[in-house]
Amino acid sequence: MIVKANIALSDNGFVFNPATGDSFTLNETGKVVLTLIKDGKSLKQITNFMKEEYDVDEVTLDRYLADFVNDLRVNNLLEE
Amino acid sequence: MSRMEVTVAVTGLNNIDSPGPGIPVIRGIRESKEFEARIIGLAYEHLEPGIYMSDLVDKTYMIPYPSEGKDALLKRLLEIHAKERIDVIIPNFDAELFSFIKLEQQLANAGIRTYLPTLAQFEERHKSNLPAFGRKYGVEVPEGVDVFSHADLHNAMKSMEYPVMIKGKYYDAYVAHSEAQADEYFSKMSAKWGLPVIVQEFIKGTEVNVIALGDGKGNLVAAVPMRKQYITDKGKAWGGITIDEPKMLNLAKHILSQTKWRGGLELELIRTSDNKLYLLEINPRIPAWVYLAVGAGQNIPEALLKLALGMDVKPYSRYDVGKMFVRYSYDMIVDLDRYSSLTINGEL
Repeated sequence: MIVKANIALSDNGFVFNPATGDSFTLNETGKVVLTLIKDGKSLKQITNFMKEEYDVDEVTLDRYLADFVNDLRVNNLLEE
Repeated sequence: MSRMEVTVAVTGLNNIDSPGPGIPVIRGIRESKEFEARIIGLAYEHLEPGIYMSDLVDKTYMIPYPSEGKDALLKRLLEIHAKERIDVIIPNFDAELFSFIKLEQQLANAGIRTYLPTLAQFEERHKSNLPAFGRKYGVEVPEGVDVFSHADLHNAMKSMEYPVMIKGKYYDAYVAHSEAQADEYFSKMSAKWGLPVIVQEFIKGTEVNVIALGDGKGNLVAAVPMRKQYITDKGKAWGGITIDEPKMLNLAKHILSQTKWRGGLELELIRTSDNKLYLLEINPRIPAWVYLAVGAGQNIPEALLKLALGMDVKPYSRYDVGKMFVRYSYDMIVDLDRYSSLTINGEL
């Protein structure tokens, strides 16, 4: 899972795709997850990190993460 | 470095909800560090807002509508030239370009320069010639057909499916979802812009545009791709953003090198969800959003002016990605005597 190289993520959670002109806003958790993906972490590593940091059960976390990654894919933010 | 004094006449001062490119072209020239320009506005209507923008336009003259023919236009331009010594004219309306192209040599003989496409280039990219243009230059275009009557329209629809785009000869386009809508838009377009009306396959996707400047030898002097972010009910961009899209730039480069386009142009494109680019139109002049290109680092009006004056222009190689423009409307207060002076004397 690789985020396209030119995708810009700013500190306030604003995401900009310079190839399409699309922009998105992420909440704090989304920003953390996208940063981890950009840093090359695997889904497993992200899951472990999130469980450590947040009060969330694994089933809910897995579902949210799957949805989030799907949103990234649908919005052309991930490499195919 | 002292700036070169130059007198530039510009049309398209209609900075309205469907804006002409005149005012943004002037802003680009005004921001040039190489020129000290006297700007002469050329207007068709008394209420074109640019006429009254005295910080941008030094003097405005009324000129005859294109429908009055090129001889009437030449006569008026020479009258203005006798007073103003115009160095360069930058026409900005599709509908007037035919006359200006035809008059190019006569204007040059009088000392007025232009920087326009040839008549063949201008004709070849007409909406109604677009399918042939696409085949000739290997560019994806939507299927389209010229229609001259309601009967033609109904015949055309036997081989096309709704929705379709119904387009005016020069401007305007509507999406028709049914025969009734197609008939209505055909009547509207033919009444406003004349015949033919163009019926075009509807391509679903994102509207993206490229502004470009060609040197007439096949070289791309400047190019900036933009995505429309906010589109008015007239289909005009009210907000847009520069994007990093090599595919669009390559397409612009391809078209300009193949056609050896001379002057400014705008490619109107649709990008489909599978990232295919379709060319919808080539507008044969600088578009109204040109000031975004200036803001992103490519002063296309200045470059065009230099080309018109026979100066060397180094092609632009970069622009800022993620630069946005947001249009706004603004009410000016105009004293009646200025308006009356314009209507009585034909100049202000």
